[in-house]
Amino acid sequence: MGEIRLMKGNEALAESMIRSGCDAYFGYPITPQSEVLEYLSNEDPMKRTGMVVLQAESEVAAINMVHGAGGCGKRVMTTSSSPGISLMQEAISYMASAEVPCLIANVMRGGPGLGTIQPSQGDYFQATKGGGHGDYHLIVLAPSTVQEMVNHVRDGFELAEKYRTPVFILADGAIGQMMEKVELFDQIPRKTDAELPQEWATTGRGSRKMRNFITSLNIQPEKMEVINHHLQEKYRTIEKNETRFETYKIEDADYIFTGFGLGARICKKAADMAREKGFKVGVIRPITLYPFPTAVYQKYAGKLKGILDVEMNSGQMVEDVRLAVGDKTRVEFYGRMGGMIPAPDEILEHFEKIFIK
Amino acid sequence: MNEHLIKEENLVYKKPSTLLDVSMHYCPGCGHGTVHKTLMEVVEELGIESNTIGVAPVGCSVFAYNYMNIDMQQAPHGRACAIATGIRRVMPDKYVFTYQGDGDLAAIGTGETMHAASRGENFFTIFINNGIYGMTSGQMAPTTLEGMKTTTCPRGRDVKTMGYPLYLGPILAQLPGVAYVTRQAVDSVAHVRNLKKAMLKAFEYQKQKLGFCLIEVVSNCPSNLKMTAVQANEFVRNTMIPNYPLGDIKTPEGK
Ligand SMILES: Cc1ncc(C[n+]2csc(CCOP(=O)(O)OP(=O)(O)O)c2C)c(N)n1
Ligand code: SF4
Repeated sequence: MGEIRLMKGNEALAESMIRSGCDAYFGYPITPQSEVLEYLSNEDPMKRTGMVVLQAESEVAAINMVHGAGGCGKRVMTTSSSPGISLMQEAISYMASAEVPCLIANVMRGGPGLGTIQPSQGDYFQATKGGGHGDYHLIVLAPSTVQEMVNHVRDGFELAEKYRTPVFILADGAIGQMMEKVELFDQIPRKTDAELPQEWATTGRGSRKMRNFITSLNIQPEKMEVINHHLQEKYRTIEKNETRFETYKIEDADYIFTGFGLGARICKKAADMAREKGFKVGVIRPITLYPFPTAVYQKYAGKLKGILDVEMNSGQMVEDVRLAVGDKTRVEFYGRMGGMIPAPDEILEHFEKIFIK
Repeated sequence: MNEHLIKEENLVYKKPSTLLDVSMHYCPGCGHGTVHKTLMEVVEELGIESNTIGVAPVGCSVFAYNYMNIDMQQAPHGRACAIATGIRRVMPDKYVFTYQGDGDLAAIGTGETMHAASRGENFFTIFINNGIYGMTSGQMAPTTLEGMKTTTCPRGRDVKTMGYPLYLGPILAQLPGVAYVTRQAVDSVAHVRNLKKAMLKAFEYQKQKLGFCLIEVVSNCPSNLKMTAVQANEFVRNTMIPNYPLGDIKTPEGK
């Protein structure tokens, strides 16, 4: 059993970063994720593991520092919140194309614009449909507990390196700010220089005859298309192997509540309340938002009377749910925006109004 | 014909082994080729090709990694100094440099350059000041001189509405994190020799971890200046250099 601690989501994420053998973190303050940089600065990871922590002058600089260090084959991470993540998109697109592994967490706040510092899930489209320019995906993990903030960091680094791709943790301000009991894993050692990937990383040529270079530029269209096909094949492999989800009381369910992150937690509570009233409600919670767990919705759609999708936005994931089930079952949506969090009884009331009457 | 004369002992000029054997895409007479070759000569002479990492910009020199046989990353437009910071922080024993045009470094990338310099990051930047945007076909650069014509200031740069030329080198020299700022040129053999000496120094200062170094190179862009190679170098000599005087602006030994 690992060490048990009571921790804030953002701090748990930061502690997990150090323990995951991360080599460098570059970040810029923004609410509601500033505790990540503060926790790291306080912990002095250079002393603990030799990990670099640097406060960059902007999110643009932070993500490009990630590009540089990640391009050397090192384990690198940045975190931010919605407006900062928007600033990072150009470099994320570059890294997806040049296949630079890294881990990025967005502790979402309400938008658009400067919006609010209160929690939101308004960046689902941005995270899952590209975000930056061009044709690419990131693996997107959506934690719904502080424990998952811990686990997703370790898993995220592994996925990033396995597939040579940026991986995204899409959390919301509430998960970042809430305190929960977590079990921490033991320190994973940082990679040695000898373990850096000589096939592609810019480590210095060493004994290699030819250089490695990291680029996203392929000016001839026929060459660029080869890269595009290669990336798309990778995404198909990821879809096949890495789709993750959780189900709750689903086997006898007539109805499904679905949502991600904090929304899914509230759905579970609402489903329990519905069951007390005699309605058989279960929950599907996608853990990977990309790849989206289409198959689990398809599996149950035929025997359901309906799905209620609950999100802290105007209805984003619901599009993927509808795409998954087609006209096999009715899909309705309930959401709050602006940093408001839906309450379980609100969800139940809405459910009864739509599906039961 | 004279094949029998091509022998090692007769050679007066040779491509450095650190440059790959491919033809460059640069326009005839362009300064980029000369700076690439000079830099790779220095890397070869110092014998550091196996532990040097370069960063290419967005601009005409975006393809630098096609020519230099050292590990390289290609940065988003303007972000080379942030990429180099990331590299140097996790690879503190490698030599790291960025190679950037004036648009890349002194317009879109001013922030990253200034802050890397201010933090005293231990890498150096080669700043190609050709007074114009090359790759995008001749628009106004931050370094475009007052009155100089480009496609976006066809009647000449009007400083009242378009701003003044930006002298980033002297500005960076003010920062305590900066060890060395020098301005060199590639319009003549003598100037190229001086450039080479400056590059040797920059590698040496990096080895000593003295802080950020900037080598500004006053260069040309014959294609967009719509000049022959010779005319473009005369323009550098007669118009650019008087506005961008050559020499050291700051050295670690003394201000
Ligand atoms: C974000 C972004 N904005 C604009 C461009 C277009 N662009 C490519 S190169 C360039 C200017 C290059 O000029 P300079 O840095 O002076 O280098 P040169 O080509 O003269 O060597 C611009 C504006 C881009 N690629 N990316
Ligand atoms: S456009 Fe100008 S800077 Fe670019 S290669 Fe041609 S001459 Fe050189």
